[in-house]
Amino acid sequence: MYDLIIIGGGPAGLTAAIYAARYKLKTIVISKTRGGLAASAHAICNYPSYDRIDGLNLMEKFIKQVEELKVPIIYEEVGKIDKSENKFTVKTKENIFESKKVILAGGTERTKLNVKGEKEFIGRGVSYCATCDAPFFKNKITAVAGGGNAALTSALLLSEFSSKVYIIVRSKFRAEPSWIELVEKNSKIEPLLKEEIVEITGNEKVEKIKLKSGKELDVDGIFIEIGSVPDTNFVSNLRLEASERGYIITDENQETNIDGLYAAGDITESSLKQIVTAASQGAVASFSVYEKIKKQAVEIDSKTYNKT
Amino acid sequence: MLNLNNENFEKETEKDSVIVDFWAPWCGPCQMMGPAFESLSEKFEKVKFAKMNIDENPEIANKLGIQGIPCLIVLKDGKENGRIVGFMSKDILENKISEILNKS
Repeated sequence: MYDLIIIGGGPAGLTAAIYAARYKLKTIVISKTRGGLAASAHAICNYPSYDRIDGLNLMEKFIKQVEELKVPIIYEEVGKIDKSENKFTVKTKENIFESKKVILAGGTERTKLNVKGEKEFIGRGVSYCATCDAPFFKNKITAVAGGGNAALTSALLLSEFSSKVYIIVRSKFRAEPSWIELVEKNSKIEPLLKEEIVEITGNEKVEKIKLKSGKELDVDGIFIEIGSVPDTNFVSNLRLEASERGYIITDENQETNIDGLYAAGDITESSLKQIVTAASQGAVASFSVYEKIKKQAVEIDSKTYNKT
Repeated sequence: MLNLNNENFEKETEKDSVIVDFWAPWCGPCQMMGPAFESLSEKFEKVKFAKMNIDENPEIANKLGIQGIPCLIVLKDGKENGRIVGFMSKDILENKISEILNKS
């Protein structure tokens, strides 16, 4: 039996693993992905000690540190978690693991636009990853849907390849002022505010997007960056307290309403969703697990002592 | 894992079923999905699993109309039989590969 199972291998889960290893907790990380959503970020300029680093490189450094501390990371998807009195059973398709405590750090999944043509043209002009696919759109016209940090950084990256980049924003920009300034200064980028994509059309590949206002734009590629939803389906049996939008509610120790179950990172209800905040929540979660296990060990010791 | 390039692509894919993972070093999700693809190669023993770096070999990706990676293409006797685009978990990937292999 493990002391701690960490579900999720992004900034929150990997930092939790680093702290758990240093507290000598017997720990395993189970993750669907290598490095989480952060690994697909084009440029990260607000993670302390790096002026600018791409997500993939940063996350490889996290992974290396965890591996050097000998915490195993297995790449499987968790199907279900069951809780009995003082034990969690975590099931993947291949394996069953048991632990005293669990930290949920599985992050979020990308939101779809849900418009006609979106699914049909994935990989033929529709993309959810500018860092992956921007180079395919050299000297072409592209559009980005969304107004947050991810949308604006995607547009800036695309502007290095494409001849023209539209940003289609439902209301107004929600990104950091530094990104907004760069976008506004960039002559290749044209923001279209208070607009929405209603349909993506084309034959073999994307050719046009239709907007709510009735306007039609000729584009070769459309990058969808409209946020994400927490990935909590596999714990639906546990009656976890969550916000209206599905984010897990924790106390200041990152513990959920279920004893022994913790959550950290983008999966939690929190005002700022950044790599640095995810990492910090992961550290707090592992510290709380350590404190709880230590306290419970003392309680068990004193019970045995009183009996004798 | 077999590494394909412009020189050996045709020879290695002209017969039987081959599944090719088109990837690039700049693509985070490609690296994130790498371990899943490699471990699935043990499950589908009858199919040849291969990787192709499209940064070094853009011509074939271009010919196949690839505009998004990660992109896995299943080839049967040299012809495209199905295509899986975008990052996904190992379980979903396994189901999608089975689906394509079963239909042929």
